[in-house]
Amino acid sequence: MKKVFKRPESLTEKPFHFCPGCHHGIAHRMVAEAIDHLGIKERIIGVASVGCSVFLYDYFDVDVIEAPHGRAAAVATGVKRARRDNVVFTYQGDGDLASIGIAEVVHAANRGENITIIFVNNSVYGMTGGQMAPTTLLGQKTTTSPYGRDFTQDGYPIRMAEMLATLEGVSFSARVAFNSPKNLLQAQKAIRKAFEMQLNRMGFSIVEILSACPTNWGLSPLEAKKRIEEEMIPYYPLGVFKEREIPDYL
Amino acid sequence: MGKGRIEEKGLDLVKGNEALAMGAIDAGCRLYFGYPITPQNDIPEYLSKHLPLLGGEFIQAESEIASINMVLGAAATGTRAMTSSSGPGISLMQEGISYMAGSELPGVIVNISRSGPGLGGIAPSQGDYFQATRGGGHGDYRVLVLAPSSVQEMYDLTIKAFELADKYRNPVMILGDAIVGQMKEPLVRRTPEVREPPKEWALRGAKGREKNVLKSLYLGEGELTQHVWKLHQKYERMKEDVLYEAINLQDARLVVVAFGSVGRVARTAIEMVQKEGYPTGLIRPITLFPFPEEVIWETSKRVRDFLVIELNTGQMVEDVKLSVAEGTRVHFYGKPPGSMLTPEEVAEVILSNMK
Ligand SMILES: Cc1ncc(C[n+]2csc(CCOP(=O)(O)OP(=O)(O)O)c2C)c(N)n1
Ligand code: SF4
Ligand SMILES: [Mg+2]
Repeated sequence: MKKVFKRPESLTEKPFHFCPGCHHGIAHRMVAEAIDHLGIKERIIGVASVGCSVFLYDYFDVDVIEAPHGRAAAVATGVKRARRDNVVFTYQGDGDLASIGIAEVVHAANRGENITIIFVNNSVYGMTGGQMAPTTLLGQKTTTSPYGRDFTQDGYPIRMAEMLATLEGVSFSARVAFNSPKNLLQAQKAIRKAFEMQLNRMGFSIVEILSACPTNWGLSPLEAKKRIEEEMIPYYPLGVFKEREIPDYL
Repeated sequence: MGKGRIEEKGLDLVKGNEALAMGAIDAGCRLYFGYPITPQNDIPEYLSKHLPLLGGEFIQAESEIASINMVLGAAATGTRAMTSSSGPGISLMQEGISYMAGSELPGVIVNISRSGPGLGGIAPSQGDYFQATRGGGHGDYRVLVLAPSSVQEMYDLTIKAFELADKYRNPVMILGDAIVGQMKEPLVRRTPEVREPPKEWALRGAKGREKNVLKSLYLGEGELTQHVWKLHQKYERMKEDVLYEAINLQDARLVVVAFGSVGRVARTAIEMVQKEGYPTGLIRPITLFPFPEEVIWETSKRVRDFLVIELNTGQMVEDVKLSVAEGTRVHFYGKPPGSMLTPEEVAEVILSNMK
């Protein structure tokens, strides 16, 4: 894993603004590394979303458009339909993708849009101060679920990777985490695979990353990592939920 | 349109909405994103049939929110793209239009308007004038607005819309209604040379150049102030593209101001009262933003009475009041949606305001 700590070429020199122990930084590095690895830096177009990762355009040394909150999958659809030979990815938080933008992501997936989605699930709205997200775990206290998320009132945490895997248009859907060296390797593999799917014109690919938000979880970076292990992974199992072998139009 | 080579493709009876779709094709637009809504369905229907044959793409989006964001994405690559809708759908697009204006992205948005508020009805209405000309979404921005009043203009102004969108790197809205959308008239279709300015800002992959970033977020000290002033200056520059039709302004005792399908009815009414010896003029704004304030101002120095006629309870009349010289009497005749104005009715209103 040495490579992870060397600044990939697809990143700029700008230091990340993320809080200590935040996994957005690792996710950025890993995506940039996959871009370097596949040699697609000069033909990739990124779609940034609204959330803690909105400054993606400062950190990635590639073409980037900023999408309105939740609309990244629709924006990416427009980019890709206009430029089929470019590689297009979105980078979205769980509030962005699983709440306000759920219609856009489900329909992009269902159309089999040949795009790649990096979905960072930290079980809260990070940027706006730690409010409840559709992914917030049952019992989890947030600024808008001060008594803990209660399914009788707020419903259940939504499992996007599994849900999207049921759609015909999806070529690849996986969930990964950064909590152990083994899982970091799996994550790296999954992100590369997702981009390869697009390069092979296999259709929509998504990687959901279970990500730490120590700040809004009220935990230290180490405790946050432990929470991923002990609370998130049991509810959000890691793995590949769908991997297409041949394009669906064959 | 334009100065390039123009080939006449013949005269046909064409529906307004289809003429608009043809205009998009002849402007080189090959990407359309939209969601069904009456009374504009002929546009997506026509384009779903023709775009694939031209190597383009028609996508029926899951909502108007998705449609406008697909246009935004395509526009970011410097590719001409369009969406069309009506009232409720245009309301849903406002966030995306605001982002497009903020990120300086060209794109064409068509509103074949219906009557609101709410689900309202599909009768012709001009109730979306404010929404179109005041920005419509959040923030300090404008879109350029074109208001066709004939089938030929549905076609010509669509080509123009794409040119202006590229020229200013700004969304352009075409504001029509069910009358111009549904009526059939002869259309002269041309083959304009599709000319697009270079788009160095477009996202096509950072190959052999620095990366390009398109965004509307400006958090640095003073950055947003500077950005918004820059946008404002652009909106000011748009005045050089003001378009309007003017009739009988020289000897008029009263000047009617009306746009779109109402402008057409007003023209017929004016011919009627002229014959009876009442000198009446017409100013029909074709660009609603930028508004033809100059010609209204100049004319109002000679003509004391202005009559604004709209299919709403009074929206454009505010712009006319802002444009006229002091002492001008600005009369208003409004008709909320439900029934169309007849030339006879308009002629009567003109005469009653002239006395
Ligand atoms: C239409 C709209 N509604 C609300 C917001 C405010 N907002 C900004 S970011 C955000 C949530 C971000 O949460 P998430 O997507 O989970 O990303 P994170 O910050 O956790 O990485 C919200 C609600 C907005 N920008 N636009
Ligand atoms: S608030 Fe959470 S998600 Fe946002 S930067 Fe800090 S730790 Fe990361
Ligand atoms: Mg989040």
